[in-house]
Amino acid sequence: MNLALKDIRHNLSRFSLTALGIGMLLMVVMGMGGIYQGLIQEATLLVDNIGADLWIVQHGTRGPFAEISRIPRNIEDRLQALSGIAGARSFVTFAVQREYNNNPLRMQVQGLSWPEDKGQWLPVVAGRNLGAAHFEMIADQILGLQLGDEVPLGKNHYKVVGITKGMTSMSGDGLAFFSLLDALEIQYDYSGEAIRLERQARQSRLTRQDIGWTQPSLVERAGLPSSKLPALPNPYVSAVLVRLAPGASIESVVAKLSGWADVTAFTRREQDELLLRGVVDRARRQLGLFKALLIVISAIIMALILYTLTLEKIHDIAMLKLIGARNTVILALILEQALLLGFLGFVFAFYAGKWVFPMFPRKVVINNDDLLSLAAIVLLISVLSAGLGIWKAMKVEPNEVLS
Amino acid sequence: MTVDSPAIRAINLSKIYGSGQAEVVAMKDVSFTMSNGEVVALLGPSGAGKSTLLTIVGLVNSPTSGKLIIGEDLITDGPIPKVNLRSYRRRFIGYVLQKANLIPFLNAVENVQLALEINDISGKGAKLRAMQLLESLDVGHRADNLPHMLSGGEQQRVAVARALANRPRLVLADEPTAALDSVRGRQVMQLFRDVAHKYGTTVLVTTHDHRSLDIFDRILEMEDGRLKDENSGNILKAV
Repeated sequence: MNLALKDIRHNLSRFSLTALGIGMLLMVVMGMGGIYQGLIQEATLLVDNIGADLWIVQHGTRGPFAEISRIPRNIEDRLQALSGIAGARSFVTFAVQREYNNNPLRMQVQGLSWPEDKGQWLPVVAGRNLGAAHFEMIADQILGLQLGDEVPLGKNHYKVVGITKGMTSMSGDGLAFFSLLDALEIQYDYSGEAIRLERQARQSRLTRQDIGWTQPSLVERAGLPSSKLPALPNPYVSAVLVRLAPGASIESVVAKLSGWADVTAFTRREQDELLLRGVVDRARRQLGLFKALLIVISAIIMALILYTLTLEKIHDIAMLKLIGARNTVILALILEQALLLGFLGFVFAFYAGKWVFPMFPRKVVINNDDLLSLAAIVLLISVLSAGLGIWKAMKVEPNEVLS
Repeated sequence: MTVDSPAIRAINLSKIYGSGQAEVVAMKDVSFTMSNGEVVALLGPSGAGKSTLLTIVGLVNSPTSGKLIIGEDLITDGPIPKVNLRSYRRRFIGYVLQKANLIPFLNAVENVQLALEINDISGKGAKLRAMQLLESLDVGHRADNLPHMLSGGEQQRVAVARALANRPRLVLADEPTAALDSVRGRQVMQLFRDVAHKYGTTVLVTTHDHRSLDIFDRILEMEDGRLKDENSGNILKAV
């Protein structure tokens, strides 16, 4: 006869509610781990999927995600000429926050090097990849945009031609993909007045120098758009992505690039580590501490619940002892209830989490390793929390039933 | 059916709580014997030491001094038990208390079955025996009911069935009729007598209920922690 199950059957609603409470606590613990895994996935998502073997960034920086990196686009041409490199493409990333349909629209803009990169590596769930050099965008569904929406950014409108799923930045913003030129256009969008003043300033600087006095045509040229002035550089990009030729050694390419004084090269693994160690690490520790705290709280609450359940049965336990029940009978009564409470709580946490976590604004990823470790933790806290009740039960004297 | 060979021998049992100024003598030099199948009432006012004696004979407490022998087994000689008390209780002693003290989450038959299972008798055999006991005590029809669904008398009969489940040598009952009306109380006392005579079980009952004393084979009376002489009514001296 299983006394634990008989007792539970007798107090089913109370036991169910208790398991529900424990389950909700465990769901929060599970969620903490899931948020951390989500952070990792969000942080490394782009790096792992964009298909670059090397990330070339501004010298001495840890860009383009951990810090700002700006390099001229012509690095792309220099890299193409290097042996062992099959392709190089510019990459731009920055965050924008605008109003759209009277709501804030915050997105992480990614510039794709059209026409080599049309976003064919993206998990497009609706629509298509970029089909034109300008005025098209692919948006993640988290942004809430629909196919065919035209989003005004700067002086242009960009039509949503594709929707991705699960493409978010490390800060949880949805990613939006544009052609590189469009992305730069959005990034360097100045008002007409700002452009006019800049041109005027350029001319003014020239007229204060002897070259301006002697060559008035130069002053006239200084008033042209920036792109028409050979003396001015092209807009900077965040990084250049390198794809190695088949059979090329990544170490030898990196060794060659180490001689370039203006850039730094990171492998995909190094870029991942930069993100995880630098950007996510503090959040990881914070979440880890919260998780540990919640586990301790869960253990304390479980211990108190089991202690209370034991206290309610003190008279019955004394009676069991009086009629000669072995300690194992009493121990099993408490321990089995604790284990069942932990098990049901865990099962509830799992299924409730599966339902609730997708509604969270940021990614919550529950992986099997986390589930297994949480199951082990639940088993441990179930046993430990039963300890208090067992200790109390073992102290009960059979003659207490006589009083 | 009373058999002459002693089922219980208590020799100079004493129980003293505390020491020095705080010393309380709960029981002093109590000696008596009980035969197999004998039904004995233990009377006495509150504080006379009845419960102390019952807990010592019931192997719940150890005496400060004295010997207790059940059957051929020396149970205790002074405060140190000579046997595993819990194991001995499990196998050889049944208890019926003032309240039935049934396990509230087990139904009537399960309460009886539990006593068998903790004595390693399980399965269908245990259930069958539990049912037989309940039926013999006229509560078989309430076998599937939880204790709170039973009347006080029914609960007490289930408690008697539980006490008898393992065919104990000794049944100890502490004020078993206190919560019952006089008719039900007498029925329970009669039940003890029937069981004792049918199975040869020795029954010791503490009671305040003088209306049922005619049912008992013998009456022991305690006062101030000592046993009175059965014939003269004088307090017995140490053997």
